[in-house]
Amino acid sequence: MSDHGRSPGGAPFDVAIIGAGVVGCAIARRLTLDGARVVVLEKARDVLDGASKGNSAILHTGFDAPPGSLEQACVASGYAEYLNIAPALNLPILKSGAMVLAWTTEQLAALPGLIGKAHRNGVPDVAPLERDEILRREPNLSRDVLGGFEVPGEYLIDPWTTAHAYILQALANGASLRRGAEVLGGHRGKEIWTLNTSTGDVHAHYVINCAGLYGDVVDRRLLGRSTFKIRPRKGQFVVFDKPASALASAILLPVPSKTTKGIVVCRTIFGNLLVGPTAEDQDDREDASTDRATLEALRGQGIKMLPGLADCEITATYAGLRPACEFPEYQVMQEDGYVTVGAIRSTGLSAALGIARHVAEMIGPLGTPLTEPVIPLVDRLSEHHPRDWQCDGHDGIVCHCELVTRREIERVLTGPMPPASLQGLKRRTRVTMGRCQGFYCLPELARITTGRLEVPMDVPTGMSEGKDHD
Amino acid sequence: MTERAIATEQCCIAIVGGGSAGLALAAEARRLGAKNVVVLEREQSAGGVPRHCGHYPFGLREYGRLMKGPDYARRNVAAACAVGVDLRTGATVSRLLPGGGLEVVQDGYAYTVRAERVVLCTGVREASRAQRMISGDRPSGIVTTGALQGMVYLAGQAPFRRPIILGSELVSYSAIQTCAHLGIRPVAMVEEEPNTLAPGQLQLYLRLRGVPLHTGVSDLAIRGKGRVEAVSFTDMTGQRLAIETDGVIISGRFLPESALLRASHLEVDPLSGGPVTDQHGRCSDPAFFAAGNLLRPAETSGFCWREGRRAAAHVVADLARPRDMDRHTVAIRAEDPAIGFVSPQRVVIGRESSASGPLHVGLALPLNGVLQATSAGRVLWSGAGKARPVRRVHLPLDKILAARPEADIVVSRVEVR
Ligand SMILES: Cc1cc2nc3c(=O)[nH]c(=O)nc-3n(C[C@H](O)[C@H](O)[C@H](O)COP(=O)(O)OP(=O)(O)OC[C@H]3O[C@@H](n4cnc5c(N)ncnc54)[C@H](O)[C@@H]3O)c2cc1C
Ligand SMILES: Cc1cc2nc3c(=O)[nH]c(=O)nc-3n(C[C@H](O)[C@H](O)[C@H](O)COP(=O)(O)OP(=O)(O)OC[C@H]3O[C@@H](n4cnc5c(N)ncnc54)[C@H](O)[C@@H]3O)c2cc1C
Repeated sequence: MSDHGRSPGGAPFDVAIIGAGVVGCAIARRLTLDGARVVVLEKARDVLDGASKGNSAILHTGFDAPPGSLEQACVASGYAEYLNIAPALNLPILKSGAMVLAWTTEQLAALPGLIGKAHRNGVPDVAPLERDEILRREPNLSRDVLGGFEVPGEYLIDPWTTAHAYILQALANGASLRRGAEVLGGHRGKEIWTLNTSTGDVHAHYVINCAGLYGDVVDRRLLGRSTFKIRPRKGQFVVFDKPASALASAILLPVPSKTTKGIVVCRTIFGNLLVGPTAEDQDDREDASTDRATLEALRGQGIKMLPGLADCEITATYAGLRPACEFPEYQVMQEDGYVTVGAIRSTGLSAALGIARHVAEMIGPLGTPLTEPVIPLVDRLSEHHPRDWQCDGHDGIVCHCELVTRREIERVLTGPMPPASLQGLKRRTRVTMGRCQGFYCLPELARITTGRLEVPMDVPTGMSEGKDHD
Repeated sequence: MTERAIATEQCCIAIVGGGSAGLALAAEARRLGAKNVVVLEREQSAGGVPRHCGHYPFGLREYGRLMKGPDYARRNVAAACAVGVDLRTGATVSRLLPGGGLEVVQDGYAYTVRAERVVLCTGVREASRAQRMISGDRPSGIVTTGALQGMVYLAGQAPFRRPIILGSELVSYSAIQTCAHLGIRPVAMVEEEPNTLAPGQLQLYLRLRGVPLHTGVSDLAIRGKGRVEAVSFTDMTGQRLAIETDGVIISGRFLPESALLRASHLEVDPLSGGPVTDQHGRCSDPAFFAAGNLLRPAETSGFCWREGRRAAAHVVADLARPRDMDRHTVAIRAEDPAIGFVSPQRVVIGRESSASGPLHVGLALPLNGVLQATSAGRVLWSGAGKARPVRRVHLPLDKILAARPEADIVVSRVEVR
């Protein structure tokens, strides 16, 4: 690497951020805009390969967070900043609102307490809803619902483009990103950290550990100890095809339990409808597998709430891993030029910008804030906004289910942070994410991406090598 | 977005999808005198699924010649173009409008087509891994047969070297042929049903090719971090097996490509997954017809081709008539757990009632017995039916109609004691 682990000027970086999940990306953006020289070190071939890969994509208000917690504060400020910057960054928001629904008398009894908590959390527009009003607003909902309350400010966003926009803005304003760079160890000497990564040493004044599911592991590698232990909590989802999104308007939340927000039914910014997530504690930090029994149970739960789902096609199934730990709170702490941002369990997408501000305040100014930061353009992939296929001259549609154009794919492949694999191309453009899951467009994608992905779609078979195809 | 006045075109017949059914229908409609017949095909070349079926047998009955799929697709395209069909490729129909309208995006520009009659011929695809809810990780190297065929025959690429095949339908055997074309051999064929879904004789082909078969498996799971590493399952004897592999071919379990339909005003049959039609393929909006495998999963290319031809005759005749629904229709429905769906779902009855195609009875369970069609308790027709699950039986719709049903027609097995 040409910079020999130092910033372009030759000096150590101000900050090395470990992990390019949504939290690391947001912190990279914040500190870069504040004037720091930042390097982001990500062990995977691409960004967003950890907890941030799969979530419910809800922009939470924090109405149900523990009052007075850091989580509540970061969700609230992250939410506010998101609404502020989204238009300029071209990030879509689907202002769906949410309803918390009670299906049993015990749940009904819990509602007033939850409404009180929401008000204490500074979400004043949370208000009770009568059963009739709920059914008037959501005519497809099962008649079994007993009551609930509304949370008008809960919205739906694009989980991937959001984080991409953060890191792209950091990069456009001078930050560096190293993918495939796992932090293996390091030490601090004379105010400067040396991080040993799988692609060489990196020097920086500050280290920020945003390693998500490996937050405790990275603490141990660099500090020799960790004050918390990550216990991943898996969440499986079933995604229904677009017509299903007509069945619900608001995000339909259950009454939360101690460990989880429970099974949500909501639309997605991409025009689908999802049911999930489960909450399954496990030791494995990589195992995001799904299983049929759970998926069928989720589908069944969805049908119970929205009977019309029974006739809807399934588009996708997936699972995400929450970086949970033994404490019910974010693990954010600082010592000797080192900040841990750990266990950002189930609200990190909403809180990321708030966490970034919090961290920036913790470490204090590192440079002069940029007065006119560059704003890179990302494509809006939302079903509720005009898409590229509706704009002239896009050179044809490649993915027919998600209506992704050749121009969009080319923009991403030739852009500042091209994907390393088909996975990354999916998250950046939505190719193959639709109902056919690649049945129609994989061949064309294979052709377009030939020689352009670090992980090619083609596996040499000997036979096909050198063969003439037309 | 540039705001532009969207151009609107008029035509007699607009066909959505230039596969076997759409192309045959277009050519025949021209031959029967329809003035302008437009085919809108979203791929860069027309021909449909056969374009990527690099194997025999196609076209024997249609053209009197044994062909591979791509040659057959070209032949269908040439036949349509020769009689003046306006065939447009790279033309995606993005929306159906009541009364016979289509929103089209072609070469990056949008326009609207107003047709006297629209025929939907968008075909079938295979159910995805997600739709089949197959457990496990999501590594790369998992493709449907259709995607595999396209990668191999259209893009010249191979997604794996030693795949495992999930499914045992005819198309699963095509997957073996596609692998053979690459010079690779699948490591196994795995089926959750107790027997293969394709005719049993084909198991000989598996033995010939040296592909081990496992039927009646349960708890199937795909394992692998970056790439597929193994597929594990419990076999019929209760033993847990893991087969090392670098790819998975998800084959069969066809579903109508009904995206346009489901987003439209047309009535969809949730059981077949296709549109609700009468015996002539007419949809719930009288300006719309459907033909080919969109109607139901799934027939051969030749069947769809002939179905397209028959539909053309009906659509062309219909052009001369006022565009309203035939009044005397009754519903056809199944009342039997073994039957997954029927197609068509309603029939025009009365004086001019006729049927040129069969009544499809798609099976949810294996069938071996006597089927009957009754109406108001009267038996219209009965006969033996035998087929594997996921397959179908054809009942003679002309005979059923000849018995003059006056109320809804119910299909079921005859109770056998
Ligand atoms: C099922 C589910 C539903 C959710 N729903 C929502 C929701 O609706 N709204 C919401 O706001 N939040 C939601 N969340 C929470 C949100 O997704 C997480 O809080 C967030 O993704 C955590 O991001 P992170 O950056 O902390 O971790 P990660 O995304 O895991 O990022 C950490 C990164 O660090 C890298 N890394 C690890 N070790 C090293 C190393 N040694 N060297 C270099 N790099 C390393 C990893 O590869 C990874 O990319 C949900 C989460 C789940 C699982
Ligand atoms: C993987 C696979 C393998 C098969 N193998 C065989 C085989 O070996 N032999 C055999 O006889 N049959 C086979 N079949 C059955 C196949 O469906 C028929 O051969 C035949 O292609 C059906 O004809 P069709 O016209 O109904 O649909 P298709 O041939 O599928 O044509 C449908 C066309 O509609 C187009 N289309 C869809 N939506 C739109 C839209 N919105 N706008 C514009 N165009 C659109 C598609 O691009 C496609 O070209 C196979 C099917 C599949 C899925």
